[in-house]
Amino acid sequence: MATATYDKLAVTTGTGSSSSITFSSIPATHTDLILVVNGATTTSTGNPRLRFNGDTAANYSDTNLYGSGTAAGSYSNTSGTSIQLIATVYFNTTYNTNLIIHIMNYSNATTYKTTLNRANKASDGVDAVVGLWRNTAAINSITFFTASGNNISSDSTFTLYGIKSA
Amino acid sequence: MTPILGIMASAISGNLSSYESIATSTVGSGGSSTITFSSIPSTYKHLQIRYSGFVANDAFIRFNGDTGTNYSRHSLYGNGSSAAAYGAANETAIGFTYTASNTNPGSSICDILDYTNTSKYKTARILNGDDQNGSGIIMLASGNWQNTAAITSITIFEDSGVFGQYSRFSLYGIKG
Repeated sequence: MATATYDKLAVTTGTGSSSSITFSSIPATHTDLILVVNGATTTSTGNPRLRFNGDTAANYSDTNLYGSGTAAGSYSNTSGTSIQLIATVYFNTTYNTNLIIHIMNYSNATTYKTTLNRANKASDGVDAVVGLWRNTAAINSITFFTASGNNISSDSTFTLYGIKSA
Repeated sequence: MTPILGIMASAISGNLSSYESIATSTVGSGGSSTITFSSIPSTYKHLQIRYSGFVANDAFIRFNGDTGTNYSRHSLYGNGSSAAAYGAANETAIGFTYTASNTNPGSSICDILDYTNTSKYKTARILNGDDQNGSGIIMLASGNWQNTAAITSITIFEDSGVFGQYSRFSLYGIKG
């Protein structure tokens, strides 16, 4: 029997005085998570990243496809300490950047975790990214932060959804 | 704005209770070369498949068991060092994943639009990726099935091997 699912789990906004947002105590009640971000920095660029369960070790990697308006390209990060969500300069003070981040099988405690995200900022470009966290633990916290250390603006919004499978 | 556009494009608007889980298939220890969702109800506007799993080769998707050359597909993808595009007509299926991800899991999210409409061909779009910490693929793809029939079954199959254990395929319906 079909069951309605696409549940809003948490909503928060930037403070203007912090470079990170953390969702903690995420319940293991769903199958996938979707984090929707509309954000910017208070100064200069952000280079937004993602970490899980507070893991700061070199257990992450990502592959990116981007279009800048004049060219398409691809880059990757291997054995990094976080997942890079978008090209560095797209997340800055001018206009907000949209990111929709799918965190697949987050409550699974058997396999490594994969993320898929799209990101766009009309004035700069578009991205598609796949990320990997080499850890089998269920994800119970997510930290979104700027690698630059620049603060996230107070009009930045973060909404976390959960989807259950049948 | 329909829910699928609200969820996938802006991710803000839309009646979230209109997004329903229909069925899930999880691959067991022996692996499986084919996953089929059959008897899909016609009570929704759009369908979405969410996949996370292991695959040794490319995987593809077909509708209503049609193995004829009635599909076309295009993709834009990046391999970590360069971007490229691909297109093909008169194919026997639409691409669902690209390259192997049999060590670390890959994922796909496939939206199938207006699947019950009997007046037009059917289109799908796919966001697929796998990262193997040193190699990987991220792909944006579209596919077309040149058939006006309502979609009642979906088959996802591995090109020449099997989907590995723990691979998970979930089908969702989105009301219009």
